[in-house]
Amino acid sequence: MAFTAPKETYSGRVYPVTIGTGEKAVTFGGENVLPFHSFEGETPNRPVIAIEIQDVPPADWPENVKKTYEPVSGDPVTWAKFCQDELKAKAIALRLVGTHPDRENRSPEEAVKTVKDVLAAVQVPVIILGSNHAEKDTSVLVAVAEAAKDRNCIIGKAQEANYKTIAAAAMANNHKLIAMSELDINLSKQLNILISQMGFDKEKVITDPMCSALGYGLEYTYSVMERIRLAALTQNDVTMQQPLLGDVGMYVWKVKETSASEADLPQWGAAEERGIAWEAETAGALLIAGAELLIMRHPKAIAAVETLIDELV
Amino acid sequence: MLIIGEKLSIIAKRVREAMMAKDKGPIQEIATRQWKEGSGIIDANIGPAEDGGEDLMQWMVTTIQEVVPLPVCLDTTNFRAIEAGLKIHNNQWGKPLINSTSNDPERFPILELGAKYNCDVIGLTVGKGGLPADAEERAGIAAEIMGRAMEYGLPLENLYLDPLVLQIATTQDQARHVIEAVKLFQHINEPAMKTVVGLSNISNGCPKALRPILNKHMFVLLQEAGLTAAIADAKEMAEVQEDRPLILDVMAGKEIEDKQKMAEIKKTLDVIMGRTLYAHSYLEM
Repeated sequence: MAFTAPKETYSGRVYPVTIGTGEKAVTFGGENVLPFHSFEGETPNRPVIAIEIQDVPPADWPENVKKTYEPVSGDPVTWAKFCQDELKAKAIALRLVGTHPDRENRSPEEAVKTVKDVLAAVQVPVIILGSNHAEKDTSVLVAVAEAAKDRNCIIGKAQEANYKTIAAAAMANNHKLIAMSELDINLSKQLNILISQMGFDKEKVITDPMCSALGYGLEYTYSVMERIRLAALTQNDVTMQQPLLGDVGMYVWKVKETSASEADLPQWGAAEERGIAWEAETAGALLIAGAELLIMRHPKAIAAVETLIDELV
Repeated sequence: MLIIGEKLSIIAKRVREAMMAKDKGPIQEIATRQWKEGSGIIDANIGPAEDGGEDLMQWMVTTIQEVVPLPVCLDTTNFRAIEAGLKIHNNQWGKPLINSTSNDPERFPILELGAKYNCDVIGLTVGKGGLPADAEERAGIAAEIMGRAMEYGLPLENLYLDPLVLQIATTQDQARHVIEAVKLFQHINEPAMKTVVGLSNISNGCPKALRPILNKHMFVLLQEAGLTAAIADAKEMAEVQEDRPLILDVMAGKEIEDKQKMAEIKKTLDVIMGRTLYAHSYLEM
């Protein structure tokens, strides 16, 4: 008797989300099976990797990722164009880290200018991220959401402390929204409910359960993502069917393994390769857990993960 | 079902202040109220009570029993405070109950006290390590506590096994493991072992309006599982009797007239049994 592989059937489906406009728009999500289980159902869209840039030069990035962008990272517009034209980025994540009160404390007006300039220079979809300062983000993200009106961006991140203002701004200007909670599946569901109770379309939300790097709590992120996906698919939980975000680069490129030099730790091997591997491994794990959208930094790590996706789809 | 009135706990501000000031008024008022609401035992939770625990426990037991013809549940980790309470407990109103022993060797002397004073003892099914993962692990720990009880001369009918109710807001899947454990515990021995839970912990950390709803549904599910006793809010548990037939109907797949009530019951049962993910606003979805 021929072997028949057992198949699961699922009652739920992840919402497909399209970002950007025109020919360069991309869609992720939409599957009705666990990640890459194309043998069990539909996986219409492949996960999307956005390349991360920021509004100020990446002085705080470790050398091995910073040097990749050395000639272009002094200016966000040049940097964005480099990612789009040279690295063939499918999307760009512009992090307005310079607006953080403990950093350059740039004003919402300055942020607006950066966003307008970047949007004018690229055609690929743009994810606009604040500095994760809950209070400052409300003023910054409200201003930039308006500046980016009708470009179908993703605005983020809305958290429990500031979701009302940010969700309202995203809604008014036709953007998608990242809803972030801190590694707690029940609070993640709660935030999605609260946002949808404001009248925000639940199919325009991207859930960020909070990322963590390999060796620094990755298993927590993995587990929360996996459980969210199972709730979405097996329990048909409409509050958990949003695509998941893995904000990988920011978490990976601050751990010791991606920044320690070969001189200090020769037994750890080539520093750049180590950092690339760390970012690719973290991203790969989160794809398997259920992430449909990744934000990453190193081009070689991105290439490695794209290859992994090629093999899995 | 035996209700052990939970309200005299050091965690409550008013109770704590009365304990510190040795002010009998609030203690006796709360004890009396719980008795009238249907409590069969009054819990006296004095916390770790490292200083003056013996005096405090004696004062609590006397204060409660002056106005209420019920036994007291001596709730503290202080061994000497428990013994002090046992010495003056008025057994005319029933056997005192000790809260609690566990599978932690430091807690074994409690069993000796139970045997010496012929009282009932709650055996919390946790060991020295982490929290039990499921019903089977709880039953394994229960069997060890039972063996230890026999070793110390405490009759098994004096032992109440407690599967440890955890917060649904943070450890949702433990709710159904607890219900399963209550069923399993009864199979460990013949006659069946007695069981008890600290019920209200299920809704700890949940919005205030949700708490009685979760408590009541958990109570009915545990009652159906054969639970002997619950440390709980006696008033809430008296109110359950009204909802109980409706909850049982929904559990049996029947339609009930009040659709809003039906939705509330269905959603709450789904959350407790792990069929939908808990969120503070689960009733609004």
